[in-house]
Amino acid sequence: MSSGFGTFNEEHEAFRQTVRAWVQREIVPHVGAWEEAEAFPRELYDKAAQQGFFGLKYPEALGGTGAGVFFEAVLHEELSKCGSGGVAAGLGAQATIATGPLHLFGNDELKQRFLVPAIRGEKIGAFAVTEPGGGSDVAGLKTTARKDGDHYVLNGSKTYITNGVVADYVIVAVKTDPARGHKGLSMVIVEKGTPGFGVSKKLKKLGWRASDTAELFFDDCRVPVKNLLGVEHDGFGQVMGNFVWERITLALGAVGAAEAILEGARSFVTERHAFGQRVSQFQVVKHQLAEMATDLEAARQLTYHALRLHAAGEWALGATAMAKKVATEMCCRLADRALQLHGGAGYMMEYDIQRHWRDARLGPIGGGTSEIMNEIIAKQLGL
Amino acid sequence: MPIKILVTAKRVEDYESKIKVNAQGNGIVLEGLKYKINPFDEIGVEEALRLVAKHGGGEVVVASVGTKDVHEQLRHALAMGATRAIWVNHAGPLDQMTVAGCLQKLIEKEKPDLAILGKQAIDDDQNQVGQYLAEWLGWSQATFASKEESLESEAEKSKTPALQLSADAKTLTVIREVDGGLETLECSMPCVVTTDLRLNQPRYASLPGIMKAKSKPIEEHTPATLGVDATPKITVTKMEHPPARKAGIKVPDVATLMDKLKNEAKVI
Ligand SMILES: Cc1cc2nc3c(=O)[nH]c(=O)nc-3n(C[C@H](O)[C@H](O)[C@H](O)COP(=O)(O)OP(=O)(O)OC[C@H]3O[C@@H](n4cnc5c(N)ncnc54)[C@H](O)[C@@H]3O)c2cc1C
Ligand SMILES: Cc1cc2nc3c(=O)[nH]c(=O)nc-3n(C[C@H](O)[C@H](O)[C@H](O)COP(=O)(O)OP(=O)(O)OC[C@H]3O[C@@H](n4cnc5c(N)ncnc54)[C@H](O)[C@@H]3O)c2cc1C
Repeated sequence: MSSGFGTFNEEHEAFRQTVRAWVQREIVPHVGAWEEAEAFPRELYDKAAQQGFFGLKYPEALGGTGAGVFFEAVLHEELSKCGSGGVAAGLGAQATIATGPLHLFGNDELKQRFLVPAIRGEKIGAFAVTEPGGGSDVAGLKTTARKDGDHYVLNGSKTYITNGVVADYVIVAVKTDPARGHKGLSMVIVEKGTPGFGVSKKLKKLGWRASDTAELFFDDCRVPVKNLLGVEHDGFGQVMGNFVWERITLALGAVGAAEAILEGARSFVTERHAFGQRVSQFQVVKHQLAEMATDLEAARQLTYHALRLHAAGEWALGATAMAKKVATEMCCRLADRALQLHGGAGYMMEYDIQRHWRDARLGPIGGGTSEIMNEIIAKQLGL
Repeated sequence: MPIKILVTAKRVEDYESKIKVNAQGNGIVLEGLKYKINPFDEIGVEEALRLVAKHGGGEVVVASVGTKDVHEQLRHALAMGATRAIWVNHAGPLDQMTVAGCLQKLIEKEKPDLAILGKQAIDDDQNQVGQYLAEWLGWSQATFASKEESLESEAEKSKTPALQLSADAKTLTVIREVDGGLETLECSMPCVVTTDLRLNQPRYASLPGIMKAKSKPIEEHTPATLGVDATPKITVTKMEHPPARKAGIKVPDVATLMDKLKNEAKVI
């Protein structure tokens, strides 16, 4: 039985073949160039949109396909096998954090203005919570939005924002009532070109190089009140609600990348010879790969468990935190072991494993750190 | 004028799978293999869909011979847009004459205007089924239908397609690959065409296509119900890995290289 038994059906697997073929044709040949350029062409969003990749869980009325979260799960797993965490992140963010909040909390007007064109790939979105002063403590964010007539006036800054440079709109977490902690948080949409809204050049990163990551500045930036997402002061719940799916997709991405990493290591040690035999023939190496495969499968099944709970409509906060932590840490472990199995080649830029190793390191940090996942799990234990 | 085209969808090992010869040395290890539609067949499906679209509709019927597993490949062709599928249920060894025999019977029942097959399957590289089929049906044939460029730019797409059907659907013009060039044939219909790699770039099976494929019919036959004797006339007696390539050599300069090419390899 395949690993997807009980989770994915025949149509999901057929869609997997489509995504795989698309990734092979549209991304894989360009990974080296895009990583070097630290960018990938905007055209790729159009191509992904043409295949319906950004609308898999959104209704047909909004230009989606309404196919559901299992199809999107397949997308994230397969995208991450392209060999560039940055490309997978840039496209992945458009399907998740840049559109999810609009679908969950936006009114019809906001959906028409932002979600519909985002699904079509015409508008790129970003989601900005993290600030230079800290990202883990969402309730302690410092960016403010003071109401002035029918506008909010934003002041503050955000950092490490995926797609921040290319974005046509950014969903920004702001304090609409700084005195009230997490009860004073709201989400507003800021469009590119709004006076007082500035974007830094791309930040230099260890990994995820093909994706753009930016710092955003708000200096008396006036945003119409109608750009408020959902209810004022409801932002904390919105951020947390959005995190569940984001974290499941990050776990799925880690599982997909780990699959590529394991296959890369397996194929390297079967080709490579040392001491008169294939490296794969040493029992110690076989057992390493056996352990890596087991580590991957355990993380995969925990991830699929969180996915199934979420798909069934459960509030899967705890299971998701566990899956996100286990899967992203597993991917780092596998990348490190795979790099070691490559010997000196593992340290060379011409082999894919170095990029996997760098890209994987973001997993336990982005979308909430492993420590924050532990906080969530501990809370569920009543601690 | 609507046309009807029969295409094939053989289930073959994914070219990314690691192929190993089995312990008996007469086949390959099947464990852990992944499968796909034969890429040449996928190109055939694509070409058929384009021809039908261009000729104001019709039908693309996809056929495959094998165990129930071939439904996966039939569904793939249906998801690309084929109208319906025919499954010839058969387990065990299969040679190219049995396959051509089954296809011949299906064609006699279905009476398509055209059959498009892959020039070969990437598993055993036989390159025979299309030729047997044309011979036994008494149809004209054009093998290795192809184009000049491998990648389809917009300019390429607007160029003359490799397969062109006359307005009255009586003749098919086929550009085919021959050693060192291209040849253009005019075939009277009905006709058998086999596809080469550079013919087109197959579309992706779209999500709506995948959903629609679920409800498209798959008709079942067996070699016996078609009246085909499936006893293999050819058996594989031995299979071995190609010999490992010898290590190359490094030459100090261009002069040595030229000398070796001229006097040792005798290629220039
Ligand atoms: C490439 C990249 C892309 C990103 N994309 C986005 C994006 O699109 N949108 C966005 O909003 N953010 C994004 N981020 C930011 C990311 O979500 C944050 O980096 C992450 O949440 C951690 O926040 P921080 O960097 O401020 O670390 P801090 O919050 O300053 O944490 C520093 C350390 O303290 C630990 N720590 C903090 N609180 C606790 C606690 N209570 N108990 C124990 N340990 C604790 C953390 O685990 C961490 O180890 C991105 C980051 C990167 C690197
Ligand atoms: C930046 C850099 C600088 C270097 N500088 C120098 C230098 O100045 N001089 C120099 O001579 N070399 C140098 N090296 C080479 C380095 O010493 C080798 O990369 C290292 O010894 C491993 O050899 P290998 O790369 O051929 O890996 P391999 O020997 O091919 O090993 C591949 C994998 O197989 C494993 N393996 C091999 N044999 C066994 C076994 N019997 N049992 C179990 N596992 C096994 C290895 O541990 C490894 O995981 C350098 C390498 C780097 C990356």
